[in-house]
Amino acid sequence: MNTLQLCLILSGLVFGIGLAAALARSSAILVLLGVELMLNAANLNFIAFWRFGPAPEAGTGVLFVLFAIAVAAAEAAVGLALVIALYRHQKSIRLQEATRLKG
Amino acid sequence: MNATLVFLGIFILATAGTALSLHNIVRSVLLLVLSWFGIAAFYLWAGAEFAAFAQALVYGGAVSMVVLFAVLLTGRGHGDAAIAPPPPGRLVAALLAGGAVAGLIAATVIRTPFASVSDDAPSLPVRRLGALLMGPHAAALLVTGVLLTAALLGAVVIAAGARDDKKGPP
Amino acid sequence: MNDGFTAHLWLIPALPLAAAAIGALTPRNGRLVAAGAAIAGILGSLAVSIASLVIALRAPGAHLHSNFTWFDLGAAQVRLGWLLDPLTAFMAVMVTFVGMLIFVFSVGYMKEDRNFARFFCFLSLFAAAMLGLLVANSLLLLFVCWEGVGLASYLLIGFWFERPEAAAAAKKAFITTRIGDLGFLLGMVWLYNSTGTLLFYDGGHGLFDGGQLVLLNAHPVAATFFGLALPVSAAISLLLFCGAVGKSGQFPLHVWLPDAMEGPTPVSALIHAATMVAAGVFLVARVYPLMSIDQLLTGSGGHPSIHALSVVAAVGAITALLGAVIAVAQNDIKRILAFSTISQLGYMMLALGVGSWVAAIFHLLTHAFFKALLFLGAGSVIASAHHEQDIRRLGGLAPRLRVTFATFAIGMMALSGVPFLFSGFWSKEAILHAAAAWSVSRLPLYAGLAAVVLTAFYMTRLIGEVFLGSPRSESASHAHESPAVMTVPLALLSLGAIGIGFLGTPAWPWLQSELSGAPMERQSLLEGGALMMLSIFLVAIGLGAGWALYARRARANAGAPDPIEERMPRLFAFLAARLKFDEFYAATFGRLFDALASLAAGLDRRVWGGCVDFVAGFGNFTGLINREADESGLNAGFDSASEGLRSTGRAYSSRQTGEAHGYLKALAVAFVVLAFLAIWGGGQ
Repeated sequence: MNTLQLCLILSGLVFGIGLAAALARSSAILVLLGVELMLNAANLNFIAFWRFGPAPEAGTGVLFVLFAIAVAAAEAAVGLALVIALYRHQKSIRLQEATRLKG
Repeated sequence: MNATLVFLGIFILATAGTALSLHNIVRSVLLLVLSWFGIAAFYLWAGAEFAAFAQALVYGGAVSMVVLFAVLLTGRGHGDAAIAPPPPGRLVAALLAGGAVAGLIAATVIRTPFASVSDDAPSLPVRRLGALLMGPHAAALLVTGVLLTAALLGAVVIAAGARDDKKGPP
Repeated sequence: MNDGFTAHLWLIPALPLAAAAIGALTPRNGRLVAAGAAIAGILGSLAVSIASLVIALRAPGAHLHSNFTWFDLGAAQVRLGWLLDPLTAFMAVMVTFVGMLIFVFSVGYMKEDRNFARFFCFLSLFAAAMLGLLVANSLLLLFVCWEGVGLASYLLIGFWFERPEAAAAAKKAFITTRIGDLGFLLGMVWLYNSTGTLLFYDGGHGLFDGGQLVLLNAHPVAATFFGLALPVSAAISLLLFCGAVGKSGQFPLHVWLPDAMEGPTPVSALIHAATMVAAGVFLVARVYPLMSIDQLLTGSGGHPSIHALSVVAAVGAITALLGAVIAVAQNDIKRILAFSTISQLGYMMLALGVGSWVAAIFHLLTHAFFKALLFLGAGSVIASAHHEQDIRRLGGLAPRLRVTFATFAIGMMALSGVPFLFSGFWSKEAILHAAAAWSVSRLPLYAGLAAVVLTAFYMTRLIGEVFLGSPRSESASHAHESPAVMTVPLALLSLGAIGIGFLGTPAWPWLQSELSGAPMERQSLLEGGALMMLSIFLVAIGLGAGWALYARRARANAGAPDPIEERMPRLFAFLAARLKFDEFYAATFGRLFDALASLAAGLDRRVWGGCVDFVAGFGNFTGLINREADESGLNAGFDSASEGLRSTGRAYSSRQTGEAHGYLKALAVAFVVLAFLAIWGGGQ
């Protein structure tokens, strides 16, 4: 078990926690936070491979992480704006109540 | 090096796990911010300083603020931010799902023979990063800029919405 | 040969045709326009006809013509043309002049009729067709105008179509002449087939100025009847003669003419006395070279053969006698004159048959004038006596209708053949002389002589009953003279009835020489001696007998029996019933056609109708099957397919819970499963 594998297992566990949180919690904000955690886990993966994987001199890994952080931040902003709009509509942020798309 | 890694890993996992299992949303958010800082520390340890600073600034600074504002704006009357616990069935299913995915990833990682590399941190001066951003990846930079602008505008529009709820969704 | 003027001959029929078109477009109260157009049209035709007569008389033997192509049928062409020769010119002048006088008369006679404008439109149409018939250089064009004349006759006989008798008479006229026209058409087609042309004169290639006619009889004979051969030209001639039999009211197709008197009297004068019925005579005169050629040839190889002209003479003789005999017992003015017309037409056919077409045309011209005069006079009487036509109810009109009586008497004397002064005498003499000179038989001569007696007799009867004696009814006693618009034409016609005769006396046979194109020798006025004396004697007998029976002792009242009726009641009744021809035809041909019609009706209703019903039933059946297939097959299929789609959709939509957690869970599970499959399932 080398360092890389340890990092990868770590990021996998973080991903699992994020997934479980997104599935288990009913508050929209907490679900979003779970999604953020999952994104962070992916970023962890990238840095791990950049540091401990082959061809570490290329800055691609860091660059990707930077872009991912930026996009994740934007997505968090939009998502929370949506939560606010949802709250305005149904006066709570319980995701179980947001079933307007029910077929 | 592994000791730092293990410590950082445990810190991240603990804060994240606790954060997402609390019933007070404000405390959840604060703990999660801590975990994000932990991830930034990890980046530092891995040698990606710029990424670490970016993580700390963006997540710890901006995203946490946004989340807290959202929490405040969507709170019930007396500011109570308590959230009902999930029913046990769902909790179990969620843990199973999360565990399954994590386990799958772990299993895959363990089985894959990764090559060992040197432990020296690669050098990536900021200047080099800047040159990369403005050079080969300029297009991505611009697109990301546009994306952020669009997201900002969109968030403002969605969050501001209409004066009255009647002009909400069609 | 083509002459410049002949290209303008089309104006003669075209002017009245234009007047008819104007008349057709005028509304019912456009009386002045309709009558004015008609009279103007026929005056114009008269002017052109006189001009054409002048030109034709410059070269009487030439047949000036102008031909044109109507349409092409590939290799063959259908050509029509206009012909100008003395025959055409004299006929055209006569028709337009008499027609003009009758048009003017009609202005007065039809004054109180609502359909005044329509009357003049039809009159102009008739004039156009008749004139077209006269100037035609093609048998086809002649036939077209022939049919046009028949149509105009139908329209005018049935002018008062609200009266069922008039409508029936119009139908009878049309159908009877149609039977004759069928023969005409067959003859025409046979002629075209044999010779390849229907033009009379075509600069050497026409029927009569090429060698076509001789070729006809070069073929074997058409048929053999009772040992007599029938040459091809005779067969064609007899078929064409069928048309003349119908149109000119010869036996056996004469039955329509008396009924045609249902039309207004000017119509009877114009069409059924002077012009249309003469068209048959004109036709025979026009195609005379064709009709006479079988006598010139011995192409039948010595067999005795039927000569077309002999048949014509026989038919004419029978008709002349038939008409005169029936006229003796009629009681309606117009019917007497109608049968008289039939008789005189028989004379003309007789003349044609015995070889003198010139005498026939001479009699046609004189007959036109005095018969039109007699009919218009009768019209004047009828109009004055408030439409009373029965001679038993008239009488004593001479002092009341002086001008009418005077002109009527002139016409009667011309018709009877009162000698020397009146035209009818000279023309009838010409006919009798020609009949006497016929080598085949003397029977036509005897028939003609018998008819002379009868003609004088029944005309004296007519004058005696109508004008002499005392009035026998209210309407007769209140009659007064007709207005000038009616009496002036009468006067003009009586001048013609006297004067035309002097154009053809033996002392100066101008008409005959101009017509035939060969100068005829001038003989003394009394040439023909014994025969002329005999005919004068017979006229005197007829006049005397009529005077004795009808004029000297006038009829007492309307109900008293006729003198002949007293003595021979059964004969008189038989004659009055027109020899029961109508009943005979109804019993034989009428019944035959009724049977054929009911057979056809039954066939149509049951057989063809049954077939149609069967097909309809079959159609219904397939429709039923179609509907069942559609409903249970297609519809049910579609319905079940749609139901399937709907249930699938329902199933899918039940998966759309709208819950984000569910979706995420599904994603996670699917990822795990897929990863398992990819990594450990795919073959590691």
